[in-house]
Amino acid sequence: MLPEIALTILDIAQNSVRAEASLTEITVNADTSADTLTVIIKDNGCGMSTEQLERVTDPFFTTRTTRDIGLGVPFFKQSAEMTGGKFDIISELGVGTTTTAVYGFSHIDRMPLGDMVFTIHTLITCNIDKDFLFNYHIDDNSFALDTREFREVMGDVPLNEPEVSNYIKEFLDENIKEIVGELVI
Amino acid sequence: MKSLEELRAIKEKMQSQVNMRKPEDKTTRIVVGMATCGIAAGARPVLNTFSDLIQQNKLDSVEVTQTGCVGLCQYEPIVEVYEKDKEKVTYIKMDAERAKEIFEEHIKKGKIVQKYTISTASLK
Repeated sequence: MLPEIALTILDIAQNSVRAEASLTEITVNADTSADTLTVIIKDNGCGMSTEQLERVTDPFFTTRTTRDIGLGVPFFKQSAEMTGGKFDIISELGVGTTTTAVYGFSHIDRMPLGDMVFTIHTLITCNIDKDFLFNYHIDDNSFALDTREFREVMGDVPLNEPEVSNYIKEFLDENIKEIVGELVI
Repeated sequence: MKSLEELRAIKEKMQSQVNMRKPEDKTTRIVVGMATCGIAAGARPVLNTFSDLIQQNKLDSVEVTQTGCVGLCQYEPIVEVYEKDKEKVTYIKMDAERAKEIFEEHIKKGKIVQKYTISTASLK
């Protein structure tokens, strides 16, 4: 398994990019009173057939010819379930895929959330023709990043231009620090 | 806190520059493998090193991006360097230090770092 939930999110969100999603929504929701950490990755990509969906959590489903599934999804599922959590994936051809993992927040086996700045920044700057919506909630605090808003401001200037890329990184860094505060996630 | 106003200011500043950069001005592309295998092997510090160095050196002609699994998982983290009119160079088993070396030698001076290329390093 990957050592941080943030790295797993990066890995799974890239499945959405490869599925030709124009918009990928990533939600991280830490609810300390319910003792859960929920991660939702929702895309409007090509989706999967019922047959693919049934086998998607099987690590041996991957083939060198299709390349769309591998250890990523099984890792995601295992990492959530070993913390007493849940894992669910729904998909419809032509509509998209939604993957939900619920972790036990204080469970000893839950890996740290890790570097979400890198994950979201990398997704945005390495896939400049795709949109991402990142929602981060910690109890009553939250913030959102929507690349469609950035795009509206920037027009045809790509989001990986150095100044813009740097702005996005700082935007993420400041907002995440602000809502996380002293909490260890 | 960063606001959209600040982004508007960046946009205005860029528009006021006489020569707006165009995507075709990018002559070098550094591609880091970031599938499950690449991430697990440590691609994150490699990608971070390249993007920080490009930013610090203000190399507008270089872009760094990511790709999925190229089928050589045992050699991850893998970095491919594409330069205009040149053959692709594939570096294997990268880390932050080696990325720095490749940036200094290959990206800045145009000298391929043979000891990390797939043709040399995979034989060891």
